[in-house]
Amino acid sequence: MSTQQEDAEPSYLNYKGRYKGIFSWILSTDHKRIALLYLYSILTFFAIGATLGLLMKFELIAPGKTIMDAQTYNAFFTLHGIIMIFAVVIPGLPAVFGNFLLPIMIGAKDVAFPKINLLSWYLYVTGVSLVLISQFAGQGPPDTGWTFYAPYSFRTSSTMLPAVFGAFVLGFSSILTGLNFLVTIHRMRAPGMTWLKMPLFPWTLYATGWVQLLATPIIGITLLMIVAERTLHIGFFDPTLGGDPLLYQHLFWTYSHPAVYIMILPAMGAISEIITAFSHKTIFGYKFMVASVLAIAFVGYFVWGHHMFTSGMSGTALYTFSLLTFLVAIPSAIKVFNWISTMHQGSIDLQTPFYWAMAFIFVFMIGGFSGLILGSLAANVHLHNTHFVVAHFHFIVFGGTGFAFFGAMHYWFPKIPGKMYDTKWANIGLVIFFIGFITLYGPMFYLGFKGMPRRYYDYDEIFHAGNIISTMGSWVLYSGLAIIIINLFSSLRNGAKAPSDPWGGKTLEWTIPSPPPVENFEEIPVITKGPYDYN
Amino acid sequence: MTTETHRDDLASKTGMWLFLFTEMLLFGGLFVVYSVYRYRNSVAFHLAAHELSVFIGTVNTIILLISSSTIAMSVTAIQKKNKKLALLLLGITVILGLAFLVNKYFEWGEHIKNHIYPGSSVLALRGHGDVLFYGLYFFMTGLHALHIIIGLIFIGFVTVKIYRDKINYDNYVLLENSGLYWHLVDLIWIFLFPLFYLIT
Repeated sequence: MSTQQEDAEPSYLNYKGRYKGIFSWILSTDHKRIALLYLYSILTFFAIGATLGLLMKFELIAPGKTIMDAQTYNAFFTLHGIIMIFAVVIPGLPAVFGNFLLPIMIGAKDVAFPKINLLSWYLYVTGVSLVLISQFAGQGPPDTGWTFYAPYSFRTSSTMLPAVFGAFVLGFSSILTGLNFLVTIHRMRAPGMTWLKMPLFPWTLYATGWVQLLATPIIGITLLMIVAERTLHIGFFDPTLGGDPLLYQHLFWTYSHPAVYIMILPAMGAISEIITAFSHKTIFGYKFMVASVLAIAFVGYFVWGHHMFTSGMSGTALYTFSLLTFLVAIPSAIKVFNWISTMHQGSIDLQTPFYWAMAFIFVFMIGGFSGLILGSLAANVHLHNTHFVVAHFHFIVFGGTGFAFFGAMHYWFPKIPGKMYDTKWANIGLVIFFIGFITLYGPMFYLGFKGMPRRYYDYDEIFHAGNIISTMGSWVLYSGLAIIIINLFSSLRNGAKAPSDPWGGKTLEWTIPSPPPVENFEEIPVITKGPYDYN
Repeated sequence: MTTETHRDDLASKTGMWLFLFTEMLLFGGLFVVYSVYRYRNSVAFHLAAHELSVFIGTVNTIILLISSSTIAMSVTAIQKKNKKLALLLLGITVILGLAFLVNKYFEWGEHIKNHIYPGSSVLALRGHGDVLFYGLYFFMTGLHALHIIIGLIFIGFVTVKIYRDKINYDNYVLLENSGLYWHLVDLIWIFLFPLFYLIT
């Protein structure tokens, strides 16, 4: 291919390949370029999803109809859910930061299957396009919620088929990413990088890869069954034909609970990297961190029933699922303790990514503890399908994965475009975002506890005060988000050139220039020490 | 864009194996659904299974088993640098796969002629157990037939590559992977056959 004598190692951003212009991006098999393709598509869909959320919160500012009717509200929370879950949070960290950094952090030149990597991005775009087509085609946008619960998903007259099939295609994209990472980690680690010398972010991607691989096919087949149910009337989940809607819920959550760990495990990995780098100290209990990642991934398969405590299960099943739900909290707690212990006696450098990590731990703990409340049987009966649940999973999914995503963005930003960002505005954005987050989702715990159900565009007058606070929080959150994004984009233009290691990190990505050269490493490094060698 | 082509056969095979895991779980979801409904409608499933042709099922099982062995033999043929034999064996595999589909066509055609298909009013009159049995039968064997078709396309693609010497005795991982995929399709049938035809 191209040999440029004057510049021995062009950066991946300037590389002149076989194709020109936009094609040098959308046909590139370079893992770094694919990561950026994912980043820009995910940010676009995130903007759509967040705007839908903003409008829904505005509807809830007062009882009765404010700006939209019930059917529109149903369509909004459905699209918000599908986009945010399948198109933003699940691919978020693995497809963007995993793609960009996994090969670099294990000392490889690319992932194992670069073409399949590009294919997975095309599948991703196809999947989201199908979901978006469903909004404008046929009998009106889907209104089932992102869970597609039977029997409603095949009885509603709204356009379900493209949305359901789109989710299936998105699942396929996720499987291919996971498969690619698993093989990459097995086969392409640099010489000397034994399993226990691998940094924690790759470790979490490894566990995530297994969950993607082993859980996603279940939702794939379940969604195909819904498609068949709508088109062929087979009767899998239709009670009038002898089918059982509860079976749908079991199959759906068999994937969709592990999916939560697809979202949160890489987030934990990114936070581990940030905390170690800014404490300038080896991670506390590295082996326990690895073991807890694998334990979360494993136990996470067996807790799906806690989404169905009020759906009708045997007493034994209820106790078992509740117990297992409590068990999965143990490895998560180990991680929090180890993060705190890492900071102990470290020389902490207070920078933006570290603030994000702090904010992550704070909201993640609130999310985790509220999860335990929902995991206890008696409390669950009271709280099921209320705003308490909405608050809980937004603290975990948005507070956990979202905060980690922005933390990772600020941590690895100097490496990706090779520019520094304005820390003052980054910090202001974070503070406003954090205040908005707590104001938006905090009152939902109270509202849910008082009995306000989720997924209604209307509510009783007694819930008014909490909803006003929550809606105002959504404005603050949205402004914070805008500041953060605008700041990063303006830094792309105006930022100072980043050195190869601005934070004093020890993992391999900080040993190569920013932005990285096309081949990542001039010479494949030989690893002799652990990943966080600060002594 | 990687400037240096990097070849790792073990990685390709590992990737294929991992992909086969996902295929197993895809069908695994259906096996779960099958077992739940068989448990709930055991009498209806028992009676409905009697109506399927064990003869065609057995023939199809034998066809797939032989085709699995021919594709495995073609890998050995390539290793021994016998390109002609490898192409012949792959050709036999494709013909056997097509024969399977032809049998399937006649089998399905017979059911459909008797108004036994999902959504048919005749089937609906026979009760929930029969509706579920035939629903699962058509969906699972249909999905399996789709896998046969994908497998045949994959093998056809590999055959062309062997013909053009892109796959040879030194570089045959793609052929091995198509073989692995074909074995999986065979293996799934080995489970579908007793579940629908033999257990009565």
